[in-house]
Amino acid sequence: MTPPHRKIHLAAHFPGVNNTTVWADPRAGSQIDFSSFEHLARTAERGKFDFFFLAEGLRLREHKGRIHDLDVVGRPESLTVLSALSAVTERLGLAATVNTTFNEPYELARRLATLDHLSGGRAAWNVVTTNDAFTGANFRRGGYLDRADRYRRAEEFVRLARTLWDSWDPDAVVADAERGVFVRPGAIREFRHEGPQFTVAGHFTVPRSPQGHPVIIQAGDSGEGREFAAANADVIFTRHGTLAEGKAFYADVKSRLAKYGRRPDELKIMPGVTFVIGDTDAEAAELAAEIRRQQVSPQTAIAFLEQIWGRDLSGLDPDGPLPDIEPDLSREVAEGRVRHHDRAAVAERWRAVAREKGLSIRELVIEMTGRQSFVGSPQTVAKSMAEFVAAGAADGFILVPHLIPGGLDDFVDRVVPLLQELGAFRAEYTGTTLRDHLGIAVPAGKEAA
Amino acid sequence: MTTGHLHLAVALDGAGWHPAAWREAGAHARELFTARYWAKLVGEAERGLLDFVTIEDAFRLQSTLPDDVDDRTDQVRGRLDAVLLAASLAPRTRHIGLVPTATTTHTEPFHVAMGIATLDHVSRGRAGWRVQVSPRASEAAHFGRRTIPRLDPEFRDRALLAELFEEAADAVEVARRLWDSWEDDAEIRDVATGRFIDRDRLHYIDFSGRWFSVKGPAITPRPPQGQPIVAVLDHGGTAVPYELPARAADIVFVTPQDREDAARIVERVRAVPRDGEPLRIFADLLVFVGPDAAERKARLDELDGAELVSDAAIVTGTADELADLLLDWREAGIEGFRLRPGAVPADLKGIARGLTAALRRRGAFRHAYESATLRGLLGLPRPASRYATAPGRLP
Repeated sequence: MTPPHRKIHLAAHFPGVNNTTVWADPRAGSQIDFSSFEHLARTAERGKFDFFFLAEGLRLREHKGRIHDLDVVGRPESLTVLSALSAVTERLGLAATVNTTFNEPYELARRLATLDHLSGGRAAWNVVTTNDAFTGANFRRGGYLDRADRYRRAEEFVRLARTLWDSWDPDAVVADAERGVFVRPGAIREFRHEGPQFTVAGHFTVPRSPQGHPVIIQAGDSGEGREFAAANADVIFTRHGTLAEGKAFYADVKSRLAKYGRRPDELKIMPGVTFVIGDTDAEAAELAAEIRRQQVSPQTAIAFLEQIWGRDLSGLDPDGPLPDIEPDLSREVAEGRVRHHDRAAVAERWRAVAREKGLSIRELVIEMTGRQSFVGSPQTVAKSMAEFVAAGAADGFILVPHLIPGGLDDFVDRVVPLLQELGAFRAEYTGTTLRDHLGIAVPAGKEAA
Repeated sequence: MTTGHLHLAVALDGAGWHPAAWREAGAHARELFTARYWAKLVGEAERGLLDFVTIEDAFRLQSTLPDDVDDRTDQVRGRLDAVLLAASLAPRTRHIGLVPTATTTHTEPFHVAMGIATLDHVSRGRAGWRVQVSPRASEAAHFGRRTIPRLDPEFRDRALLAELFEEAADAVEVARRLWDSWEDDAEIRDVATGRFIDRDRLHYIDFSGRWFSVKGPAITPRPPQGQPIVAVLDHGGTAVPYELPARAADIVFVTPQDREDAARIVERVRAVPRDGEPLRIFADLLVFVGPDAAERKARLDELDGAELVSDAAIVTGTADELADLLLDWREAGIEGFRLRPGAVPADLKGIARGLTAALRRRGAFRHAYESATLRGLLGLPRPASRYATAPGRLP
């Protein structure tokens, strides 16, 4: 008899506003209608997932100085839509990505604590920072924060949010009508915080929420990001999709926890992954290739090339060869998306691959801009995922479907039961809060001053 | 002279507007911070076919002092974020409008506008925004970004209030532009050209003002109502009374003390220049309704150790008495009422069951919801985007 597998944690990422979300498919539904959010969240809950995850984007992306028009675009305000989802789900964790650069701690801590109350303890916050003046143009503070300052602000922001969440005693609200005591005397404490980023004082307005503090997620692979996660986060959302990279990352991050007095299992490592399921491995591989073609339309292929080359290449044939002209390194054509740091080197590599394999522009972009993480029959996918976790490359996965709203259906119907049979995934929820699902303790509140 | 149906809204706050209301039997005050508690209240209001509920909010603890916390432990303290609370109520209701308070002094106009747009999406066209300013030093200290002098309870600092209202008007202008920044037909999903949107139908709003600049466009597609409803409470005490609602809102909540006062206020509101649809004028009343209304109020006053005071007129009476009063005030030009129940659930039931029945007997209230959107219930058309190009343009 084989020993039971290590338990996997699973989350569902609502498909994002980029080319990997396929819209030119007859099954593709609305990216904004509440029914799409409801369908995906209910499917995740049917599959006993840990949580449902929303990304953030506070300014529409641009390409060559105009709004990028080739990808799905348009999203709701995350915490608002998650609050609505709290009414149509019962156990599923609800995670919002919210940035510390363009929010203030008092307001955001209130909103997160509110979601935790409304959902009965299912709120999570993916803490991100924004660096660019491009996004800042929509906000009061505007401007630009350099990389170190972004993390300094994020660090102080989270610390202050925890102070606010701790400022009400857990048993503050007694509501004893007979004795006429609504709040226990002294149970709401004044907070006072003076730091380089924030100087604030007063009283918080939301009673301590069911989880004490919402679950904290961190996304970002840089050294600062890893350190921030080791110090502050309960979950880390990574991009390391291969086994070797995953193991190295896992070992590195877990080793950083001790110096903050934390145990390795207090931080869950969950890479964002994609998947394609077919009846057989061969069918899944065919499907995967077809999805890649849908994700990279002829126009999208040219747009990717323009990002690397820094030039208008709209005259090129996407089914033809790469251009002979050199990239213009002085010019960025894309705003509001992750940048390539060394475009000259990327162009060199792309040329080499195209030459070697004899690929057209579109074929090359399909090849170079992403491949599905898990492709195969339900058996193959379940087994690979369980092995990935057993090998110490992750604690679980954040699944990114390519279709709204049905992109998770197959996984939940066909892969989840196999993971459950393997003993690698819960058959039922055993708790009611997201901390319960993740196996993370409620933080101790502050002792009364 | 005035006929047709009255508009009715109920203002929800804690266990009711009397500070001792939470001590009434059946108040379920321990559940105040749960979704279930609010779902029951809004369900009651919806069964009464009310136009909408408002939800109070502020960046400070409730207090009997103007700009400090007090040490009272015998009154409700603490509140949830009203926009998120409203969103959690959207899937639990089908017809009633949801109008949370969101403040403009310390918030980001972009975030607030996207929150209300999202509320409109999740409720399929039932969102509103009750706009409020934060005039207190204690609120400003929670943010540490600007200094606001300690609140003068008599509001003699007209310059400060004028500034905060001016900023609120700018915040509403930003929200309205953002809500229009995606034209209705911006999403084209055109496989032949590979385009998901027609970017010519998305617009930068390029707002630049004294307190903030916002580039746009919205990240959220145009809300189902086009423009969610904007409501402002105005006591008429600013340098130019009713200017903010006339400039920015669809509904103004006013606080007449009697019928003559109502007529005077209506005249002053109507005198303020305004473009577009006429402002809907709602009077705020704090009500105790039912055969036992007077006893309830007396009992709560006794428990709280003081007689209830309010900025709105306080009315105690049977459903029929209240119905007659509302219809009398309607003659003065009041088109709707935002009723603040003294105690929940008793006075909420008094409104949603007793008062609505009394008004129906007088032919003055709906028998069924006649529209799926809040704009529809208020008789307001769905506006075209201000950025929409003329019909007949080339595709």
